[in-house]
Amino acid sequence: METKETTIQYTAKDFKSDQYVRWCPGCGDYAVLNSLQKVMADLGVAPHDTAVISGIGCSSRLPYYTSSYGFHTIHGRGAAVATGVKVANPKLSVWQITGDGDCLAIGGNHFIHSVRRNVDINVLLFNNQIYGLTKGQYSPTTKKGYVTKSSPFGTVERPFRPAELTFGARGTFFARLLDVDLKNSQTAILAAARHKGTSVVECLVNCVIFNDGAHGWLAEKETRSDRLILLEHGKPMIFGKEANKGLMLDGFNLKVVTIGQNGITEADILVHDAACQDTTLQMKLALMEGPELPIAVGVIRDVEEETYDAAVEAQIVEVQAKSKVKTFDDLIATCEKWEM
Amino acid sequence: MDKTKTTELDNVVVRFSGDSGDGMQLTGTLFSNLSAILGNEISTFPDFPSEIRAPLGTIGGVSGFQVHLGSSKIYTPGDDADVLVAMNPAALKVNASSVKKGGIIIFDTDSFEKSDLDKAGFKTDNPFVELGISDATQLIPAALSSLTQSSLDGFGLDNKTVLRSKNMFSLGLICWLFNRPIDQAIHFLENKFGKKPDLLHANVKVLTDGYNYGNNLHLTISTFIVEKSHETPKGTYTSISGNKATAWGLIAASQKSGLQLFLGSYPITPATDIMHELALRKDMGVKVMQAEDEIAGITSAIGAAFAGSLAATNTSGPGLALKSEAIGLAVMAELPLVIVDVMRGGPSTGLPTKTEQTDLLQALYGRNGESPAVVMAASTPADCFHFAFMASKIALEHMTPVILLTDAFIGNGTSLWKLPTLAELPGIYPNYTKKGMEDVKVTSRDEETKVRYWSVPGTEGFGHRNGGLEKDYYTGAISTDPENHQKMVDTRAEKIKNISQFLPDLVIEGSEEADLLVIGWGGTHGHLMSAVQSMNKKGNKIALAHFNYINPLPKNTIEVIQRYKKVVVCELNSGQFATYLRSNVPAVEFLQHNKVQGQPFTVAELEECFENLLK
Repeated sequence: METKETTIQYTAKDFKSDQYVRWCPGCGDYAVLNSLQKVMADLGVAPHDTAVISGIGCSSRLPYYTSSYGFHTIHGRGAAVATGVKVANPKLSVWQITGDGDCLAIGGNHFIHSVRRNVDINVLLFNNQIYGLTKGQYSPTTKKGYVTKSSPFGTVERPFRPAELTFGARGTFFARLLDVDLKNSQTAILAAARHKGTSVVECLVNCVIFNDGAHGWLAEKETRSDRLILLEHGKPMIFGKEANKGLMLDGFNLKVVTIGQNGITEADILVHDAACQDTTLQMKLALMEGPELPIAVGVIRDVEEETYDAAVEAQIVEVQAKSKVKTFDDLIATCEKWEM
Repeated sequence: MDKTKTTELDNVVVRFSGDSGDGMQLTGTLFSNLSAILGNEISTFPDFPSEIRAPLGTIGGVSGFQVHLGSSKIYTPGDDADVLVAMNPAALKVNASSVKKGGIIIFDTDSFEKSDLDKAGFKTDNPFVELGISDATQLIPAALSSLTQSSLDGFGLDNKTVLRSKNMFSLGLICWLFNRPIDQAIHFLENKFGKKPDLLHANVKVLTDGYNYGNNLHLTISTFIVEKSHETPKGTYTSISGNKATAWGLIAASQKSGLQLFLGSYPITPATDIMHELALRKDMGVKVMQAEDEIAGITSAIGAAFAGSLAATNTSGPGLALKSEAIGLAVMAELPLVIVDVMRGGPSTGLPTKTEQTDLLQALYGRNGESPAVVMAASTPADCFHFAFMASKIALEHMTPVILLTDAFIGNGTSLWKLPTLAELPGIYPNYTKKGMEDVKVTSRDEETKVRYWSVPGTEGFGHRNGGLEKDYYTGAISTDPENHQKMVDTRAEKIKNISQFLPDLVIEGSEEADLLVIGWGGTHGHLMSAVQSMNKKGNKIALAHFNYINPLPKNTIEVIQRYKKVVVCELNSGQFATYLRSNVPAVEFLQHNKVQGQPFTVAELEECFENLLK
């Protein structure tokens, strides 16, 4: 997206609409909305140069709560609409708000293709592992065996892992945040906004009604720092309440080690490289699961490649420089024509 | 020149037919264009093979191209052929029944060996007898392959390239048969092969030899003259296909409105040529996105419309079905959008390369909820330009999706097109918000036309939230209020209905005081008009009311139709427009003439139908 230099200092309030926010009390979406509005203010892009596009679902109500241009479209198609908006006007800062059902079930095709094209949009994927708006059916990210209204005996489906899909579609940016972790959420969203290309941010959010504690294992404040690791480009992968745990390679796998034990020092700990073209280690980090390994948050992958919208513009400039056809009348002049 | 006789014809139909690789489309195009340059009216129709790559010489691989030339106004590519060029027995077999009695068949004797006859499924060694071809048919056997080979002897070309030129031999023969000077054909070849002098010389040599071969035949067959047409309005013309004309109509609207053109599209037969044509126009800033599916085709276009572009998507029947939910979004969000449906045979995958008018009710009603959209139809290859332009104008000025129906017949066919200039096209004036209107809501509208104001992202002070949920009429906030929903439903309907004030009146062609009113719509105009004119020449009184605007209907529709005692609706479906008219035009008995064979009407069958109705 274009980060326009401007003298105006925006605040989060400039991005709040006059609409009353209607999510269930305790819903994780509130926290992400607040983080987003804070980031929008920090970015310095005017509300009128910002477009927020969504599909259908609880999280897809978000555009109503921002004061920018917004479009609440149809189920699953937010990625395609957002692509059209961005290609039509690349000067706009375009956000796509989507959920695990909207993005990965009905909208799965549009998701992988917008990621493949690397169109410069910022995708906030609210993953609560459940269908909330339709009142509690399992989604493509629901853990196998989970009991929901549409899986009374537990799901027998294998869930998607959004990072894997993103990398498989040749994604250039993937970050993860946890709703209650406000500070790191803002950092991840800001990095997504600054990345040129499709930025996928998996937002781990709680559904207080239909999947309470979806990410509860992580969310508990007491143990959070032992169960989460914040990945930062160029920094060693260290975590834990005492900041003494780290990640090392053990053959092709990752393992948790304790600094100071068995002669391990900080120098032995892996350093995060989000800009590495090769996804192998980033994939391993993104797919870490508890309790053996911490869950990764922060920017896991952030590599630069040409964006679709910029490539379209560049090709137009290139063709226009060579072509004699500038106007409709020029076009008519190219016809094989005769007088009658 | 040794010509025993020449016959003057008002119009003539020539069908070129052979294997996909025989170059019949090129031969036909060159012949029709050079005839047009000599002053004839032209109409053409390509008939593509039904199979992707059928084995050489088999029925499934036959590709055809029909050309209709006239010294007076002609409206169709013609029913049966006066002259058939058959490059092999399969081509003969496919087309034998559509050669006129007393017609001429030119065939390549080199391709009529036993093995060729076997491939085409002939049981005997005399295909003409086997097909029951009348004795009155005049045969011109010519060893096209070997004559082409000897023509190019010494050119140093490989045999494959040599044989590819045999279509030029047949073109030379046809030029002789119709007394066409070949200079113009040579000029076309210069344009086509200018960069490949070897191929140019070879093709010109074969063309000339074909022409001379005809001259030296000393046949008893008479050659033909089709005089210049004096009915064609003076002007500069080209020949254009409906799909190309559609693409160019969108481009013209983009230039006239000053808006960037965005096409979101997914390949589908027979609509894809529109995308091909627009993809070429990067020089005019046209943005074409080949989407991952039909739904992304239309939803990316809706995104572009939201962002302030002239947005379009093109498709055929199955694609229109996939787009229906998104069309509903464009209805609800009141965004301008052009949806072009090049109709083909259905349902399901149906007959992808064949023509039908079976998507009308889908276009009118195929959405959830009360979801009115503008529906219109083009009727000739050339007028696809006008109607694509008008579809854009209506979409932009009335903030609505517009479905433009064309079909495989006019999309792939060509007709003469008088070249327009941008200046002579009507202006396009979208209903934008202006400075000082910052308090408008997303639902604010012109109270007279009910057209919503358009605020484009990037404009300061006009931020708003649009979407597919029902909105409050006054505040634009989402609303489930019962009375408000009724008001919004009525408002959206009234907006569309009101567009009829801006449409031209329905015009009667043929005889005003008629005993029979023929009603048609879209791509059947040529056949209906030809049949009506022919019948009226014989002393009958028939009128034609042909519709291009379907929703809303022209405002004089009821008054015009009620003038006639007997009314027949002719369409290439089982009665969809008739059904629609019955619900919109009271107190009229609508008779029907329908055909659902993947083929256009023939003028002959229509005349027979009208004769029966007049009895």
